[in-house]
Amino acid sequence: MLMENRLRILRAERGWSQQDLAGRLEVSRQSVNAIETGRYDPSLPLAFRIAELFNRPIEEIFVAPSRHSSKAI
Amino acid sequence: MSLNPAMKRYNRRMISLWLFYAVFLFVALYMFKHRLLGGPGAYLVAVLPALPIIGVFVAVGRYLVEEQDEYLRMLMVRQTLWASGFALSLATIWGFLENFDLVGHIDAYYIAIVWFFGLGVGAVINKLTLGASVQC
Repeated sequence: MLMENRLRILRAERGWSQQDLAGRLEVSRQSVNAIETGRYDPSLPLAFRIAELFNRPIEEIFVAPSRHSSKAI
Repeated sequence: MSLNPAMKRYNRRMISLWLFYAVFLFVALYMFKHRLLGGPGAYLVAVLPALPIIGVFVAVGRYLVEEQDEYLRMLMVRQTLWASGFALSLATIWGFLENFDLVGHIDAYYIAIVWFFGLGVGAVINKLTLGASVQC
């Protein structure tokens, strides 16, 4: 099960394009797109880089799959 | 999409290897056609065209090691898994068909060509299932 995340919202709040965010994270735009659309879960080091960039805890950006399923119940 | 340093290195290696392949194949064909070889030298020259092909496998491996973008690396890993599964499955099926005299013999090096084709199959599957593929 893939995680949901708030990356697109956080990026939009800063007025960054996917390319801008990719440049700041030193990854490809494809990576940003895949994470935003929930097709790819980043590794823990990349998730930490994202959290540090937005200055937020990881759990404010990525929704734990367990929470996601309990919400569905 | 702009190419990152790992992709550029991969492309440079591929171009060099295919050039070497063309030259080595020409040399081997020429020497065997004109019967210029014999003994151990014949074995050495016959294997020459295989070396750049082996180099291509190494280049794919080097790309996987050198690619810093984990998502692109994952895409390439999926491509190589599809290529390996595709080539090995086809080789196994063909082997049994050949064993029961239902099809003719195919030289073993064609497995490598099928594997390269499998990389393309993997790229298409990545595109269909994940909406992206590695574009070196």
